[in-house]
Amino acid sequence: MQRIGVFVCWCGTNIAGTVNIEKVIAAAGEMPGVVYAKDYQYMCSAVGQNLVKNTIKEQKLDRVVIASCSPRMHEATFRKTAKVAGLNPYLVEVANIREHCSWIHKNKEEATKKAIALTRAAVAKVALNTALIAGEIGVESRALVIGGGIAGIQTALDIAEAGYEVDIIEKSPSIGGKMAQIDKTFPTLDCSACILTPKMVDVSTHPNINIYTYSELENVKGYVGNFEVTMNQRARSVNMEKCIGCGICTDKCPSKKAKSEFEEGLRNRSAIYTPFPQAIPNVPVIDREACIKFKTGKCGLCETVCPAGAIEFSQEDTKITKKYGAIVVAIGYDIIALDKFGEYAYTNHQDVITSLEFERLTNAAGPTGGKLVRPSDHKKPKKVVFVQCVGSRDKTERGKTYCSKICCMYTAKHAMLIRDKYPDIETYVFYIDVRTPGKNFDEFHRRAVEEYGVNYIKGMVGKIFPDGEKLQVHGVDALTGDTIKIDADMVVLAAATKAKEDAEDLGRKLSISTDTNNFFTEAHPKLKPVETHCAGIYLAGACQGPKDIPETVAQASGAAAKAIGLLSKDKLVNNPCISEVDEKICSGCLACTKICPYDAITSKVITFNDHGKITKRVVAQVNKALCQGCGGCTVACRPGAIDIKGFTNKQILAEVDALCR
Amino acid sequence: MSVEAKETVMGNKNEFEPLIVAFCCNWCSYAGADLAGTSRLSYPANVKIIRVPCSCRVNANFVLRAFQRGADGVVIAGCHPGDCHYSTGNYYTRRRFSLLTNFLEYVGIEQERFKVDWISAAEGNKFATVMNDVLEKVHRLGPNRKLRDARWKR
Repeated sequence: MQRIGVFVCWCGTNIAGTVNIEKVIAAAGEMPGVVYAKDYQYMCSAVGQNLVKNTIKEQKLDRVVIASCSPRMHEATFRKTAKVAGLNPYLVEVANIREHCSWIHKNKEEATKKAIALTRAAVAKVALNTALIAGEIGVESRALVIGGGIAGIQTALDIAEAGYEVDIIEKSPSIGGKMAQIDKTFPTLDCSACILTPKMVDVSTHPNINIYTYSELENVKGYVGNFEVTMNQRARSVNMEKCIGCGICTDKCPSKKAKSEFEEGLRNRSAIYTPFPQAIPNVPVIDREACIKFKTGKCGLCETVCPAGAIEFSQEDTKITKKYGAIVVAIGYDIIALDKFGEYAYTNHQDVITSLEFERLTNAAGPTGGKLVRPSDHKKPKKVVFVQCVGSRDKTERGKTYCSKICCMYTAKHAMLIRDKYPDIETYVFYIDVRTPGKNFDEFHRRAVEEYGVNYIKGMVGKIFPDGEKLQVHGVDALTGDTIKIDADMVVLAAATKAKEDAEDLGRKLSISTDTNNFFTEAHPKLKPVETHCAGIYLAGACQGPKDIPETVAQASGAAAKAIGLLSKDKLVNNPCISEVDEKICSGCLACTKICPYDAITSKVITFNDHGKITKRVVAQVNKALCQGCGGCTVACRPGAIDIKGFTNKQILAEVDALCR
Repeated sequence: MSVEAKETVMGNKNEFEPLIVAFCCNWCSYAGADLAGTSRLSYPANVKIIRVPCSCRVNANFVLRAFQRGADGVVIAGCHPGDCHYSTGNYYTRRRFSLLTNFLEYVGIEQERFKVDWISAAEGNKFATVMNDVLEKVHRLGPNRKLRDARWKR
């Protein structure tokens, strides 16, 4: 006879408040196979775990049911406890009487009845549990970082410093990301390039780091510890080994009409270009859509002038396949398009710009050499108006419901920078709320108002329209109710941040989930902020939600620490709840092989003794390392030969029966 | 169900306590149910959840067995199409159970008693709504008598 122990947790009043624990204990004691039932206030605490441990030994329990919170919360905890007590960890089942019962129902009688039913189902299931032994899989000790912005750079440096190989894959021709475009960083106002570029150099010279720029992820196979990634390195048309980065080609290139992506379209660039002077790698790339040679076949000037003979028009895209143990996703963010915000006249007036464009305008290396001038006539503005929350906290179709988080601080920074450099320029900021939680953030905002005299107006702008050389800005002061009209020279819009366009697609390739706004979802909003639901894949930076630089760097280091923890293991423990074929029953139809998303099922020939006659036949075979345990094959199997350990047909039917009692 | 039987059921509507068995995939819908709990959203205690690794683990057998043993409604919930943790599992669920829905209707089980839906880990609200919705419909239909195993007493 089985010796099942049932442990019921009070979870303080979380469970005990709505469930009559005594009744559950009494009912559990009468369930078939149960020899012991006990309650405790906090079963997950050290005392509670010791109670479970000691009881397993004293009562010689061979199976355990814990009626407590969700198994997603503490199943692993109690499996460990069982293991310490010498019981196979897979002989433990959890009845979820908190999230699925006590927190949902208010009627104590109903909740108690349900808690008993859920416990009965768990007891029925555990009676059929078998001891499972987890297999082991090797770990490829190399990490892949997707995205070469500050998040990717920090992650790669941390992992490389720990002694593991890291590859960075970056879509654009250079690493650096958004931070490279920024002029100064809040709240210290130190120059962004001065703190970023040394890190970029570190990345490029680190012996453990490989950078694949101008490359995109194509597909991902495998699983934690053993990802097989194929990437597509687009043709650069310049030989990376030969190029010395002298820049003669970019000077001589006759095609100079392409908009510079790095300068946010405020300056033109040549067809052969490096995005910015400090680019890493410092090797130009030919934009084949703008290049005269590629369009008409006549030109090739760069090839003639290149002293190193590095130009290669015949280069083609190359596919690279490599194995990785861990993947960190750090693809960053974008800002929304403003074409649907007609009232701000962004699309039809040059002097209405986004904050990112403003960063380039104030940057000493930017299109104006750091001189603040209007993009339309290159005159110095006298009044600059900032509009915050353009598309953020906006419930309509065109905007985003969330707060973009960084805009309050960078707007204060922009206004402060203007007032510092040109005290004669008036600055106005329209805001809904000023949100400045963060170390030294509020002090920074106060300084903008009190020391630099930036005019903050609570309210939204209704309309911006050109009026001669000026821009009329009409808004409302929400505190006084007055209409405010400002004849501005320049307007800066704090456009909402959004997830990258390709985030959803990438999420699908990696089988990690995205939320309604296409930001990647972390495994737990509080306790697992850098993990995803897919083991071995971690998140860093603004691809998980809007973030400023300090937070991004912190999360990047967190993701790196998680990746290092994984890479430092020689072997990983497999999930033992995987499919298993009963060769005696398998008819060899192989319907299961077609369904398996991991190609984990193959066929093999077995010989068997059929009443003295040796016969051969085909049966299905499960690859233990590849099977992830979804159970799709079990349903496809006509004779019922495949079953999934830990969730067998018998176990689930027993649960159904128990609930229907 | 005969006309008389139906009338008695309707007459005793207040006493009818339906049982709904919900199969939830571990990654999305079970987590969605957890979220419903964490957010203290209420749905009736008649809904009992069985955890499966993926909605594609649910065999038609399990659904039939539930009806046989006295369930008045069965729900299968998985990740949204395209979001399956196992990449394609819920596509199989969708196909298998569109067939089963027809079969159940053929043997006389009302369509409203069986539902396949997609509930993500972030949709605690949807979980509660779907469960309330199914329960309300089942309440209106009364107890399920089709397929019921007479030896099985609930």
